[in-house]
Amino acid sequence: MSQLEIKNLHVSIENKEILKGLSLTVNQGEIHAIMGPNGTGKSTLAYTLMGHPNYMVTEGEIIFKGKNLLELEPDERSRAGIFLAFQYPVAIPGVTVANFLRSALNARRRALNPEDKGLPILEFRKMLKEKMDMLKMDHAFAGRYLNDGFSGGEKKRAEILQMAALKPEIAILDETDSGLDIDALRVVSEGVNALSGPDLGVVVITHYQRLLNYIKPQFVHIMMHGRIVESGGPDLALHLEESGYDWVREKYEEVPEV
Amino acid sequence: MQEKPKVTVTRTRRDSAAKDFSFTANSIPAGGLKDVRAKAWDAFTKFTMPITTDEAWRRTDLRFLPASDFKIPQEGAFNDLPVVPDYLLKPLTGEQHGGQITLLPGGSRVDLDPALVSKGVIFTDIRTAERDHAELLNKIIGQVVKPEDGKFAALASALAGNGVLLYVPKNVKVETPLHSVLWGPGTDLAHFSHLIVYVDDGASVTYVHEAASPNETGHAMHAGIVEIHVGEDASLRFVELQSWGRHVWNFSHERAHVEHGGNIDWIFGAVGSRLTKNFSDLDLAGEGAQGRMSGFYFTDGTQHLDHDTQQNHLAPHTTSDLLFKGALKGKSRSVWQGMIYVAPGAQKTDGYQANRNLVLDEGARADSIPGLEILADDVRCTHGATVGKLEKEPLFYLKSRGIPQADAERLVVEGFFDPIMQRIPFEGVRERFQQAIQDKLSA
Repeated sequence: MSQLEIKNLHVSIENKEILKGLSLTVNQGEIHAIMGPNGTGKSTLAYTLMGHPNYMVTEGEIIFKGKNLLELEPDERSRAGIFLAFQYPVAIPGVTVANFLRSALNARRRALNPEDKGLPILEFRKMLKEKMDMLKMDHAFAGRYLNDGFSGGEKKRAEILQMAALKPEIAILDETDSGLDIDALRVVSEGVNALSGPDLGVVVITHYQRLLNYIKPQFVHIMMHGRIVESGGPDLALHLEESGYDWVREKYEEVPEV
Repeated sequence: MQEKPKVTVTRTRRDSAAKDFSFTANSIPAGGLKDVRAKAWDAFTKFTMPITTDEAWRRTDLRFLPASDFKIPQEGAFNDLPVVPDYLLKPLTGEQHGGQITLLPGGSRVDLDPALVSKGVIFTDIRTAERDHAELLNKIIGQVVKPEDGKFAALASALAGNGVLLYVPKNVKVETPLHSVLWGPGTDLAHFSHLIVYVDDGASVTYVHEAASPNETGHAMHAGIVEIHVGEDASLRFVELQSWGRHVWNFSHERAHVEHGGNIDWIFGAVGSRLTKNFSDLDLAGEGAQGRMSGFYFTDGTQHLDHDTQQNHLAPHTTSDLLFKGALKGKSRSVWQGMIYVAPGAQKTDGYQANRNLVLDEGARADSIPGLEILADDVRCTHGATVGKLEKEPLFYLKSRGIPQADAERLVVEGFFDPIMQRIPFEGVRERFQQAIQDKLSA
């Protein structure tokens, strides 16, 4: 069983500390939700896990399957089994969804065997169609340029499509619900639920409780000021829905620096 | 006490202009174009070497061109030089060639399907054309590109012993593509070429021309002319690729003249040479004439490629569509300077030009200069020019899916060129460009 263990993580961006000692353990097969108001470092955590070059880890460690994740490049992390569904997926003009996914899958095969000739095209097309059907996507989607001119819902669906194709062990969904109408939210959530199971650990990062009506976490964490300040079960999310974040803010208000 | 030695510093001035060529009127090849060549030589002697204060040459400096060193290859010189590689002789369009010409230093080889010969199609090297088709050749040569167009046009016009005459008679549709290769190995040599393409009214043809040489140390040069006539309701697809060696100074003057209802689909691919200055003009001379120009270039090292394009709308209801896209590495430089000209009375014309550049390294530089000169009042002309860098976020996104850095860069660059690939109807040409991208990125 794969385990992602984050210990006392401190992360700065442009010399400003955003994460201030965050610890969290996620196992394959578990669904965790990280909730918190804007600006508490949720997306910083997501980008840091994936290895974005702008985020500097100043202290702490991230261990994945017994290996130090921080020593790996983003592509190596992906091939090791980490996946990030971006809040703002990036457009790659001129590169089709199919071409991109095939390159990603072939990169995995070549990392295992440099002589690999690549995934046979028919096998790839069959797989891609199955996954697109699962996400109720038009097959023509495969021929469009990646995220280029996509609507908000299409972008999020494309993220889940990638997750389905790449079969990660730990997936981080960064505000996957933002910008989605209720139908798109349902399709995306159903996709995530279809993929989750004993082989997939999921970390759902969200500001709102509504996504958790569709994706049911076993563990809920509240983030504040760059740390996880409360952890509990699904009832914690419901409590937030009823009472908002104010009680958390009051409880964990930082003493202003003098 | 010892006296301090006296040091005198004298400044030496570098000549501001390059040395000029050492060719003489004796260099003019004998044959059926004697008068044409003599006139071109006259024009040549009146030109001085272009300098950077000449408007067209502002961004391309010839001071280091060792002009006086260049010699014209002797008859049969190719026998002692590297041979043309097989890949250049393979078909790039369709299954097989209807004809193929290999132009070599001091020689050539010609092959044409007898079925095309019987239809009156002429596809031959210029020396043979001078001998066998002198009357036709004299009638059409120098009508589209004139020696007066520039020093290198005059030079090539006077001295070109290599060249192609392609003549497609009225209403003849050539189904199989024609192919020519100009192979220019050797150093201290000047290669000259003159391509004359005449597609008569109602005729159609696809023609691919490649110019190439190996990388060698030292210098070599090429000066070429491409003159194209597309008759009424005629159609030409013309692909030209250059992969000259890194030691080659490459100059060309090209112009297509398109008559009423005629159509040209013109594709350029440029990855080679030390320095290139290319003038490519599209003259839409007859009502309803159409032209599309698609350019692909990729520079690296210290290469310098300068493309100067003109879309001249000289008649009403004419349409032009130009897209040039280039990527740059190392300390290389590209220049694209384009002009859409709409003549008085050329109403209802539709002109488009766009140049997009992707600068992959800090030291590379792309200049992109669009221009419009519109003397009619009911027209639609649009243009765009961009110079961009390889952005970090797309690369991170691709890497986050397991794609290594080098492959991620290649994907972004291929994606950048995709709009050009979409305009190329030939798988073989697209593959050649993809190979060039791969080679340049891994160089």
